[in-house]
Amino acid sequence: MFHRESGYYKTSYASDSALYPLPVAKWAVAGFAVLFFVVAPLLVSSYYLTILNLVGIAVVGALGLNILVGLTGQISIGHAAFMSVGAYTAANLATRFDLPFWITLPSGGLMAAAIGIVVGFPSVRIKGLYLAISTLAAQFIIDWFIVHTPAISGGFQASIQVPRPSIFGVVLDTQRELYLFILVTVVIAIVVALNIARSRVGRAFIAIRDQDIAAEILGINVRRYKLMAFAISSFYAGVAGVLYTYYSGVANNEFFPLVVSIDYLAMVIIGGMGSVLGAIFGATFVTLLPITIDLIMSSLGPYLIADAGSLSGIKSHMRLILFGGLIMFFLVVEPEGLNRLWLNIRSYFRVWPFSY
Amino acid sequence: MPKASTAGDVTLSVTGVSKYFGGVRAVDDVSVDIPKGDIFAIIGPNGAGKTSLVNMISGFYTPNTGSIVFQGEDITERRPNERAERGIARTFQNIALFAGMNVLENLMLGRHVHMKTNLLKSCLYWGPNQKEEVRHRARCEEIIDFLKLNDLRKQSTGALAYGFQKRVELGRALALEPTLLLLDEPMAGMNAEEKEDMARYILDVNEQLGTTIILIEHDMGVVMDISTHIAVLDQGMKIAEGTPAEVQADPAVIKAYLGTTH
Ligand SMILES: Nc1ncnc2c1ncn2[C@@H]1O[C@H](COP(=O)(O)OP(=O)(O)OP(=O)(O)O)[C@@H](O)[C@H]1O
Ligand SMILES: [Mg+2]
Repeated sequence: MFHRESGYYKTSYASDSALYPLPVAKWAVAGFAVLFFVVAPLLVSSYYLTILNLVGIAVVGALGLNILVGLTGQISIGHAAFMSVGAYTAANLATRFDLPFWITLPSGGLMAAAIGIVVGFPSVRIKGLYLAISTLAAQFIIDWFIVHTPAISGGFQASIQVPRPSIFGVVLDTQRELYLFILVTVVIAIVVALNIARSRVGRAFIAIRDQDIAAEILGINVRRYKLMAFAISSFYAGVAGVLYTYYSGVANNEFFPLVVSIDYLAMVIIGGMGSVLGAIFGATFVTLLPITIDLIMSSLGPYLIADAGSLSGIKSHMRLILFGGLIMFFLVVEPEGLNRLWLNIRSYFRVWPFSY
Repeated sequence: MPKASTAGDVTLSVTGVSKYFGGVRAVDDVSVDIPKGDIFAIIGPNGAGKTSLVNMISGFYTPNTGSIVFQGEDITERRPNERAERGIARTFQNIALFAGMNVLENLMLGRHVHMKTNLLKSCLYWGPNQKEEVRHRARCEEIIDFLKLNDLRKQSTGALAYGFQKRVELGRALALEPTLLLLDEPMAGMNAEEKEDMARYILDVNEQLGTTIILIEHDMGVVMDISTHIAVLDQGMKIAEGTPAEVQADPAVIKAYLGTTH
């Protein structure tokens, strides 16, 4: 994507709003497609594909939250609860009615979207901290409700074994096969997020974020669009929850605690609010960070700290400290997140080798 | 220069509206009929209730008493966005642009009510949506030409000079293709030349598009020059109404402006 604009002039309004305004970008996208669809599944080891799967699931969840928080300027500390809704919806449909993934996946999203609209209702009247707290409450209420309703959670330990998805009779039971399944979903999620952002609906979201009074005066139904943002965000979360369920083979509420909601907020903030690319960066970064810390501490740690117990304690604290620090850094110093760093690098190369 | 309006053809009818803030009667039992095709000025000293009246017309304040009828429909209970859908647009005394967006994006938001792309279509963004996008983009370009904003098209509005911000805000309101345009001090803080430009745009919009305009303005020279009718507010009450010549000669107006009594 280190492309240059010189010598290429936009000749129509349509090309101005095209997803890839420059022809070079098309090649870059094609390159990434080959890399992720062909090279990775052939060459990457199963362990790293597992990690890529986790990244993919996080990307879907973060894209959704970014639409709510980054584009529309609302807040939710209950994102993980919607993943849980998606997970249990899919698990019940798959186990009780033997339904295939192409029904469970959107159903999980739709159920989460429906509940997201309910949870979003306070946003019509309240903002900021109060909205944050009401979504936080939703996180706990939804979690509690699922766990205490055996009809949903399957009773014992709120855990439901889910059969792996299958396509044309092929069961996707290895991480390698699941990888392609998740990847396709991620690509669709990205394209849809980009389309929303550049269309009438996305513009309305941004208008509400920037100036809700002006948005209203231009005929934007602010209440409806806020609820729509909650619905889309929750739909993405629900889909991410379904993916996680297929990935792990179990639906379990313990996968979706409050900390996960905060992780997703961190992804959106660290990645760069309101940008699709930022959400992808943020999701990748936040997913890989603990794994990297783990790797480093496991290989170096024993030389530094003898006691295995305190080592694992330090490991988990390290993650929290780094997270807290990074969120503060990006909120205060670089609100546009990793995406801004990327843009800076790109604009540097755009004029390279001239320094101005 | 100003066109005479067709008698009896009323675009907006405000009847007995009041707005109270605690003990303050910001607007006190005001009635006005705005004829179709008028440039109707609302004048009065600071705090007279001009903005409050416009806020009730555009839907930001709900009146404590009275009713507002737009093109035969009672809109007193309608929300601001519903009034925009019916053809009422406005600008703000303190400018309410989307500062982070460029001029074009601000104008495109003005097209919101005329575009049809819903959520599902937005997600897919296929042919017809792209065509719609292009069509409305072309309308915005016309407005950009009209207001001579060509060089600023892609500039972030937050960084524009004050006079240009006012102009972009007018453009955004025009993008709505309103039947009734409410302008709250569109020339405040401008120099003489900028004021002249703005006055020209207002007249052109009124004459070429037939848009009915309600104009709040402190510059009496401009008001007397371009308006068809004037209503004068003082302490929330309407103290005079008529043509510029009539209002200028009205003793109550002279008194309010010179502040001799009270
Ligand atoms: N939201 C509000 N809350 C409380 N008081 C208000 C509010 N809006 C207006 N007022 C009061 O109502 C009165 C009329 O204010 P308004 O802004 O309508 O006057 P104006 O004629 O537009 O004045 P200016 O020429 O200074 O813009 C003032 O006394 C003002 O303080
Ligand atoms: Mg005012």
